[in-house]
Amino acid sequence: MTDTLPTPVPGGLDAQRLREAYRTMRTIRAFEERLHEEFASGDIPGFVHLYAGEEASATGVCMHLDDRDSIASTHRGHGHCIAKGVDVKAMMAEIYGRRTGACQGKGGSMHIADLSKGMLGANGIVGGGPPLICGTALASKQQNTGGVGVAFFGDGASNQGTTLESLNLASVWGLPAIFVAENNGFAEATASAWSVAADNIADRAAGFGIPGVIVDGFDFFAVHEAAGEAIERARGGGGPTLIEVKFTRYYGHFEGDQQSYRLDEVKQARETVDCLKAFRSRVTGTGLLDEAGLESIDGEVFALIDAAVAEAKQAPRPTRSDLETDVYVSY
Amino acid sequence: MNEAIKTVVMPKWGLSMSSGKITDWLAGVGDEVADGDELADIDTDKIAGTLESADAGILRAIVAKAGEDVPVGATIALIAPAEVAEDEIEQAAEQAREEIESGAVEEVTGPMTGAVEVGGRTISYATLGTGEETVVLVHGYGGDKNSWLFVQEPLSATRTVHALDLPGHGESTKDVGDGSLETLATTVRGFLDALGIERAHLVGHSLGGAVVTAVAATEPARVASLTLVAPAGFGEQVNAEYLRGFAAATSRRELKPHLTQLFADPQQVTRQLADDLMKFKRLDGVDQVLNTLLGTLLDGDRPGIDAVPELTRVRAPLAVVWGRADRVLPPDNAEQLAARTAVSYIDGAGHMVHMEQPNAVVRAVESVAGTPEG
Amino acid sequence: MARTISYREAINEALTQEMERDSSVIVMGEDNAGGAGGSGEQDAWGGVLGVTKGLYHKFPGRVLDTPISESAFIGAAIGAATRGQRPVAELMFIDFMGVCFDQIFNQAAKFRYMFGGKAVTPVVIRTMYGAGLNAAAQHSQSLYPLFTHIPGLKVVLPSNAYEAKGLMTQAVRDDDPVIFCEHKALYDTTADVPEDSYTIPFGEANVVRDGEDVTIVALGRMVHVAEEAAGELATSGISADVLDLRTTSPLDDETILESVASTGRLVVVDESNPRCNVATDVSALVAREAFSSLRAPIEMVTAPHTPVPFSDALEPLYIPDAQRVVNAVKTVMGGQNA
Repeated sequence: MTDTLPTPVPGGLDAQRLREAYRTMRTIRAFEERLHEEFASGDIPGFVHLYAGEEASATGVCMHLDDRDSIASTHRGHGHCIAKGVDVKAMMAEIYGRRTGACQGKGGSMHIADLSKGMLGANGIVGGGPPLICGTALASKQQNTGGVGVAFFGDGASNQGTTLESLNLASVWGLPAIFVAENNGFAEATASAWSVAADNIADRAAGFGIPGVIVDGFDFFAVHEAAGEAIERARGGGGPTLIEVKFTRYYGHFEGDQQSYRLDEVKQARETVDCLKAFRSRVTGTGLLDEAGLESIDGEVFALIDAAVAEAKQAPRPTRSDLETDVYVSY
Repeated sequence: MNEAIKTVVMPKWGLSMSSGKITDWLAGVGDEVADGDELADIDTDKIAGTLESADAGILRAIVAKAGEDVPVGATIALIAPAEVAEDEIEQAAEQAREEIESGAVEEVTGPMTGAVEVGGRTISYATLGTGEETVVLVHGYGGDKNSWLFVQEPLSATRTVHALDLPGHGESTKDVGDGSLETLATTVRGFLDALGIERAHLVGHSLGGAVVTAVAATEPARVASLTLVAPAGFGEQVNAEYLRGFAAATSRRELKPHLTQLFADPQQVTRQLADDLMKFKRLDGVDQVLNTLLGTLLDGDRPGIDAVPELTRVRAPLAVVWGRADRVLPPDNAEQLAARTAVSYIDGAGHMVHMEQPNAVVRAVESVAGTPEG
Repeated sequence: MARTISYREAINEALTQEMERDSSVIVMGEDNAGGAGGSGEQDAWGGVLGVTKGLYHKFPGRVLDTPISESAFIGAAIGAATRGQRPVAELMFIDFMGVCFDQIFNQAAKFRYMFGGKAVTPVVIRTMYGAGLNAAAQHSQSLYPLFTHIPGLKVVLPSNAYEAKGLMTQAVRDDDPVIFCEHKALYDTTADVPEDSYTIPFGEANVVRDGEDVTIVALGRMVHVAEEAAGELATSGISADVLDLRTTSPLDDETILESVASTGRLVVVDESNPRCNVATDVSALVAREAFSSLRAPIEMVTAPHTPVPFSDALEPLYIPDAQRVVNAVKTVMGGQNA
């Protein structure tokens, strides 16, 4: 078995963990690419923002987390949900607006959440997540759970007052919070190279007296390592860290975006630096996993996504009696 | 179809009319009708009007019943001599019915709109008909080319009929310069030049009546006839309150009471009419246009225009039409014209004779313009 | 000359003409051009739904893309307005008022009053509201009542393309802060719109249909719902006076009261949540000022007291529709036909 070969990889991940990492990334990719097709068929209501290309970030960070830990996500949240363990079928049903969905069809793509997994929801408000994570980190600290909070946000949100205020607050309070700036090059149709008034988002960490790290977001191992350090520091009472993950968004801002604002960077990224390709070549090249094993994971993932779509399409829709429920706990 | 069968079609009264509702048939199947007889009352979104027959014969079939809304150009009735067999009529009626129901009615050509540059302003106009003789229709204060909708169509059967927008009105440039009668008359002369019209029958309403009188006075060779509809510039009476109220109104609610003064029948002031006028009044520049022209129309509470001297220089045949219920320029004003020609006083018409009793205006125009062979 | 254009085009045309007329008019917002710093087209979007498309190249230097920093750029628009610019800032979705509301209600709205009548803040904040696109709880709200509540703000809700152009032109020329609420489901609707510039004054409701039996007050997209209902009611012999409020601040009390005085019955149709909304405001006005005219209790047709649901099975139940308006009218008619 190639699994037993002693070739080391960063983070000391064994074959089992590597397979998990691959499965998560492949699930996110397959989920998003399938949504891309399904959305075009017109069956999916509302706005859908795809995470494809960015899988290494959610996966590399969330592999360090457990149910004590919370994450806050963005409008581009499917990847974070999957990496934090939200049920894929419940997610798909939610995106189709079904009663069996993660939010009973009331939230949709932009608001998928599973509080039991510490997933505070995808978020329709840019910069909506970081303040919440200050709160979850505060709760962990007060309750001594050893839990951390991770705020995923984009390059767009890095310019939002709520984000900058949260960095300051987390630093002042010494919170176990990790701020993951996912810089995919574009906030909607505006390049981060234009909208972020610094060479790097991570450079801003210095202004708040916290460590700032830049990582190649196509490299799962780099993200995993940087996140590991930050999370360990946070769990140990060492306060917050700002990690900037740089990569390219594979699809438009939302499904339907014609993307005339950029030329061929996506094609180039897919061909040369894609996180799944890089991961495969790294783990097979070093003999840790073999192609056949990865192929079989691919097969299982595709079957899961097929089943998720088929079940979502068959699932019951919410009815009038659901319209006014769950506005309050009691009223 | 037998050539002896003549179709009565839903007319197109104005640019925006795409369908009309027959409110009442005034003639019944079997009635003998003559050219010019009233056939049906028709409601458009702008105003109600009466359709006259363009043929003589027996009304053999009614295709569209009262209450029906049918597209412009649709055959709504058939006229034919008694000799035409009943089954031929039935066949033609059935075919017409099918055309309405299948939506296959061919859009009849409405007025063609155009625009020319005159004296640095864009002057918009609408043309109907292709006859050799030309008629030019000039509206009044606050009006526009569309106000002639019921008159332009019948006149166009044998003539080329242009309705223009005076400066500041309709779709023409919203600027009247000093707003003087001379400025407006110069524009109309420039319009004739721009369209290469050597000679025309001029028809003017209210302020437009004074304008065409001034044109006829200065260009006698170019004016074949002159028809004045409740013209300004004659007599001593003017409803200054109406004019000022019209200019000042900033909402439909303020405007509507003023508009009812324009008609003998206040029901003629439809929501659409008031809305269209408000849409005009809201356009940039219109406020100033209307106020400048007020200075021309009024001298205190008295008329500010005297067209009598101009009229003395007019050589063309003259027709004058006045609504008996005119509350803007009362019909007493016509006395100053009575010496020149017999004034037709029209019952059931206020100031807007061409909208309320359009056939009276058509007859007046034809009385001086003649009826060319069509 | 009037031609048929869309609500989106009408707003664009008003902005274009005002920018041509007045060099102090500037436009700003997230991706109002789009493509800044990218390798492709500049003016790639013209706003997320293309309303400002084309202005960027027509007016160099006067269409400003912004980072996603609503507090900063909405505040900047307000500040610039105090110093002689006429900014039209876009708050992409009305829901995003949450991240910039201080600048609007504590700053812009109050300058005139708290500075003793010395400030002029001619800013327009364009914003997209309303349900109908399954955009879920944070992108579908009808939050105009919150702005209406604030003294110092004017709140405008055009119901069609003609209204949108005239009201936008008025908004730009107006010397007070204006919240201009565009319904996202109306952008592709069309109407006859004059090419020339024109203004529709604020505080003047539009009577879109005359009737005698009941007054239906509506605003924004709900005007179409009310008209549809009125059309259906007409077939059963009930004639409705339908009012389009156009602006919720100022509110045209006079037209509402005049109509209720003649009909004696009121139904208010408002897409927002039912507590402290425009429907309650109008109802309170009528109850206070025209109580003796009322022949039946007032009915309100609104969204329920819930967030906007995502599912395409739930959202249509959330949005007031013509059937609910018809039912409400039948209730106030007490089962009679006039």
